[in-house]
Amino acid sequence: MSDKAAILGAIRRGLRRGPLPADQMAMLDSRTAAHPRHIIPARGQLPPAGRVALFMKYIERDYGSSARLPDMAAIPAAIAAYLAGQNLPAALAYAPHPDFLALDWSTAPMLRIRAGEAIGSDMVALQRGFAGIAETGTLMLPSGSTTPTTLNLLADTAIVVIQAREIVGFYEEAFDLLRQAGPMPRNVMLVTGPSRSADIEQTLELGAHGPRQLHVLIIGDEEATRQAA
Amino acid sequence: MLDTSQSFKENAAGAMANAGLQKALARAKPQFHAKRAYAVAAMPEFEQLRDEAKAIKDHTLSHLDHYLERYEAAVLASGGHVHWCKTAEDARATILKICRDAGAQTVTKGKSMVSEEIGLNEYLERHQVTPVETDLGEYILQLRNEPPSHIIGPAFHLNREDWEESFRKAHTDLPADRVFHERRDILTEARIKLREKFLAADVGITGANFLIAETGSSVIVTNEGNGDLTQTLPRIHIALATIEKIVPTIEDCLSLLRVLARSATGQDMSVYTTFSTGGRRPGDLDGPQEYHVVLLDNGRSNMVGTEFQDMLRCIKCSACMNHCPVYGAVGGHAYGSVYPGPMGSVLTPMLVGVEQAGLLPNASTFCGKCESVCPVKIPLTGLMRHWREREFERHLTPQTMRTGLGLWAFFAKRPALYRVATRLAMAAMGLIGRKRGSFSSLPLAGGWTKGRDMPAPEGETFFARYARSQRS
Repeated sequence: MSDKAAILGAIRRGLRRGPLPADQMAMLDSRTAAHPRHIIPARGQLPPAGRVALFMKYIERDYGSSARLPDMAAIPAAIAAYLAGQNLPAALAYAPHPDFLALDWSTAPMLRIRAGEAIGSDMVALQRGFAGIAETGTLMLPSGSTTPTTLNLLADTAIVVIQAREIVGFYEEAFDLLRQAGPMPRNVMLVTGPSRSADIEQTLELGAHGPRQLHVLIIGDEEATRQAA
Repeated sequence: MLDTSQSFKENAAGAMANAGLQKALARAKPQFHAKRAYAVAAMPEFEQLRDEAKAIKDHTLSHLDHYLERYEAAVLASGGHVHWCKTAEDARATILKICRDAGAQTVTKGKSMVSEEIGLNEYLERHQVTPVETDLGEYILQLRNEPPSHIIGPAFHLNREDWEESFRKAHTDLPADRVFHERRDILTEARIKLREKFLAADVGITGANFLIAETGSSVIVTNEGNGDLTQTLPRIHIALATIEKIVPTIEDCLSLLRVLARSATGQDMSVYTTFSTGGRRPGDLDGPQEYHVVLLDNGRSNMVGTEFQDMLRCIKCSACMNHCPVYGAVGGHAYGSVYPGPMGSVLTPMLVGVEQAGLLPNASTFCGKCESVCPVKIPLTGLMRHWREREFERHLTPQTMRTGLGLWAFFAKRPALYRVATRLAMAAMGLIGRKRGSFSSLPLAGGWTKGRDMPAPEGETFFARYARSQRS
């Protein structure tokens, strides 16, 4: 008997039944297809304006930082200023995302940039986020040809761009958007703050294996964009 | 790891006398309690979320066979591989074969208690594959050749001096006279050392907090990001998970995530919660080429449908041990098993047999704190009581205890005799102890009086006094 048959057989013996009848299987499959939501905490159920404020508040509580920009065009200069302010090298690897490829990087002439995945020596990485989640100040970063996962992990400083109107209240809303966008990506990271460890004497230190700093750039205005859309 | 749960009493005595351990425990305990309490207070729906988490797990376990098959189909559809393994040996051999087929020399590992359960590291080493633990706590334990003492804070029993000493001994390529000014310096050294390993590994092995039937995803939850580097950089990712980690949908998983981090570390959400589904897709610039799930049973299917099925709800948050007075006094190593604390006292006899681990369900005061903080409401004390009953039924309890219990039962079943006996005993103790007011030693109670005096009874039993007060 195969291990699979042995395991399933033992489970069914325990449940005192054979394989489920077809009608019960259909019921379970329809539950999965409908993937009903459970209790959504009240703090995530907010109008758009409240979402951005809560999102920013929780990012900061979890040792990240954030800033608002009027539009995508402001990104190169904002990054150059941020890196200078943090005393970080003016070089970065960025996601080959249409939003970034369309930017006029010459507005930040000192910045050395490279599009693609991150490598071990990159100090700064720029990622395009899919959604922000106000409930806990969490970013949703799915993998894809324009958003490589290593940009979330290898650099000392991770910068993530998200549009204000892409910030939702709670996790379930972000996953519904992800489902609408296509099949489940290979990798979906939910990121809440920079990497950390409390393994040494239960004392929190930032930057264990992933980024020591997480900076989120929030583009546009949630109300205006929503009305325009 | 070597199971020494039979020596719990000796282990516990050693732990109580271990100054370094007691220092670590004294530091950790108030933090465990305060952090969870803070996170729970900030979530008004927390009690409802616990009920829901329990209901999701119960629903899944009642249809576990179905969801496992659906999960497998979803993994295959996303281009991954599923390896069903009945025993620990099956899982070890399966993982070794994947490593050998890949020609792997070193594998990086994310934190996985299941890999401890099956003794994976020792096995791989014996077969010329070098495993490298990358969770900071697991890394130092590997350097020190120690087992974890806690399921999510594996090295919390160590003090800073221990870290510095181990790093100096292991990283001999660095200047011997370097100074660790602060904890951050220790962390930075580990970061640099492990970064080399991440980039060089052929295979990455992680555990899984959840497996999602809807999508065929494995989910890991970490704060360091080591699990993510482990499953992103090498050519092959192996997720090692036990069958009860299944949940039906993403929504089910999200509801469990809302209670997991709050119960574990008191965070609203851990830093990295990552869903992995299959290998690299066309156009992907990074990620593993191959994705394997090693789906392990190791005794769990036998718990389905028994009184121990409730234990399969466990999401390994560690709240029960964090709040356990016994764990708080002796730490994790004293249990001598992979899983310590209340959840370990229920699970271990299932994994290694009650003959071996019978002392663990007895290592509890039955105060019930563990149940009151369990995010999936496992009746831990009730389950420990089941084990005690089985132990007694199978005559595994020591003869002195059986005799004592038999003697007590004889009197307890004869109330009139019980009252006469206790009245005589109390009167005698009251008379003898009247002068000093307490006893510094008593026959058959040497263990109790070693640490404190027994106050002398006033010569009357509760029954007698109660009867008198009712009369007057």
